[in-house]
Amino acid sequence: MEQFQVHGAAKRRASGHRRQVITGANASGNLEVLVERVLPDLECQVEVATAVTGFRPIWEAVIKEFFERTSPGGLRFSINDGGARPDTVTLRLMQSVQLMEDKA
Amino acid sequence: MRDWQKQRSERSARLNAGSHYASGKMVPPDKAKAFLEAVIRPGDRVCLEGDNQKQADFLAEVLADVDRSRIHDLHIVQSGIVLQAHLDLFERGIARKLDFSYSGPQGAALARALAAGKIELGAIHTYIELFARYFMDLTPHVALIAAVQADRDGNLYTGPNTEDTPTIVEATAFKSGIVVAQVNKVVDKLPRVDIPADQVDFIVEADKPFYVEPLFTRDPASVTESQILMAMMAIKGIYAEYDVKRLNHGIGFPTAAIELLLPTYGEQLGLRGKIATHWALNPHPTLIPAIESGWVEQIHSFGSEVGMDDYMSARSDVYFTGHDGSLRSNRLLCQTAGLYACDMFIGSTLQIDIAGNSSTVTPGRIAGFGGAPNMGSDPRGRRHPSAPWLKAGREASDGQGTLTRGRKLVVQMLETFGEKMKPNFVERLDSIELAEKLNFDLAPVMIYGDDVSHIVTEEGIANLLLCRSPAEREQAVRGVAGFTDVGRARNRNAVEALRQRGIIRRPEDLGINLLAASRQLLAAHSIKDLVTWSGGLYQAPSKFRNW
Repeated sequence: MEQFQVHGAAKRRASGHRRQVITGANASGNLEVLVERVLPDLECQVEVATAVTGFRPIWEAVIKEFFERTSPGGLRFSINDGGARPDTVTLRLMQSVQLMEDKA
Repeated sequence: MRDWQKQRSERSARLNAGSHYASGKMVPPDKAKAFLEAVIRPGDRVCLEGDNQKQADFLAEVLADVDRSRIHDLHIVQSGIVLQAHLDLFERGIARKLDFSYSGPQGAALARALAAGKIELGAIHTYIELFARYFMDLTPHVALIAAVQADRDGNLYTGPNTEDTPTIVEATAFKSGIVVAQVNKVVDKLPRVDIPADQVDFIVEADKPFYVEPLFTRDPASVTESQILMAMMAIKGIYAEYDVKRLNHGIGFPTAAIELLLPTYGEQLGLRGKIATHWALNPHPTLIPAIESGWVEQIHSFGSEVGMDDYMSARSDVYFTGHDGSLRSNRLLCQTAGLYACDMFIGSTLQIDIAGNSSTVTPGRIAGFGGAPNMGSDPRGRRHPSAPWLKAGREASDGQGTLTRGRKLVVQMLETFGEKMKPNFVERLDSIELAEKLNFDLAPVMIYGDDVSHIVTEEGIANLLLCRSPAEREQAVRGVAGFTDVGRARNRNAVEALRQRGIIRRPEDLGINLLAASRQLLAAHSIKDLVTWSGGLYQAPSKFRNW
């Protein structure tokens, strides 16, 4: 088990009013993301707990790109990873922001 | 005085030698070994029917067991190296040289045998390339084929898995060769005649039905959301944009995802009847929901698929069937349809380099090609126009010239990382190293980069037709290569410029909502759902039954 955090600066606060969403599943090849609106408006953070060690540079590249694409200000993401590949990580993170910004 | 009848005399001698172990054309199974030792000669070119799916497995085991002091140095010319017995021929020194197309399940064993010098490799072919050579410089002296039934005259019924048989028999029987068929059963009357008796010399009733590999069954439960996203991009960004009606799909999960999205996502986009109506395709169970929803006009098949027989018989408006009702497949003709009459080939691959060259060779495995290089290539001899072909041609030529020829759409779909986080994008194909190690004259490339029109990954679509230089092409490949080293070495400004020109398109550029990329979007979520869609006509093989 490897655990680490990646911090980022955001250009803007993520829109919407949801306090928290959870998406995905901590299953083999998949991952679970918990998103909480708990940070200052221009900060964002991803906490990774992964069963597969040795891929931290790729995780950091994926997360950095995700921050640039979505600017998820105020959001903290907690990932429980079951060995997902970067494509699944990106898709889940993008989906989770979209859920937080959903007006409903 | 030159003898112009040597082949006929030779044939008579072999028929005569074989007849000692036969009653008419019928050879008892317990005499099969002595029979083969009588009709086969050292150095013969032998086609031991090993197709993509059906296997003349009884005859393969008998041949692998012959006395090697009598039969040796055979030259095996068959499309599939699939069974252990196929490799045993070389291990035992019965065969020495090999020309083939596909070796899926034996890919690793084949690589080991080549490295150990047990096999002298002629070449790895596409299917129709090997079949073409049957009529030129690789004509079999003896063909050992498989059929479902024979009648007492020797007419053969192949059942739905006709596959390579008519082509093998044509080349052998009409060049004074010997044709021996293993059949599951000898009957008084056949449901239909697939091979006429006067092209068949001997029949062996095998002790069990020939083996057929279920190769094309993809369990919807294993389709991932990344694959669904890629499938959505392909449907919206390629099928719909080029109006692709005539096509072939590969066997991977990404194209299975497309099949399962036609009745849902395709329907939402209003595409029924406008795309994917005519197919050169094996009977993929994952296409059942689209067929049942009225998407598919007709399908011609290379082979069959285990469990699909009753469904296909009941859907004869869609499939090619005999007057007996069962499927008639034909690999040569379907590959020809895939080459000349399809506007698009779309399939998965295992490795792509920065020029777009694509290979399924990985360290220690030679899977062969099958039909992909043929269907996944632009046929320079094509002369009939169609909307997708002309559009692709215009894109490739930049509208220059008055005699712009069309182009086939050749789409490679792959996730950026494979099993165990192995990057699928590489600077240099593993196949090049393998070719150097084994002293091949030609590195095995499944699809050359200059034939590839589009690459689809979870990151987006790269349209290589629109690239105007090798440098642009390289950045287009890197621009969809995700977080692999190849992808991370991209020039971000160049990739952004390609995106502005529509050469690279992201899901958001195509108006695709990532939240929609969900398994809920699949028309079937399991094999059982496919059975339900088929009204119980599809009989899933037991290894796919988990209910």
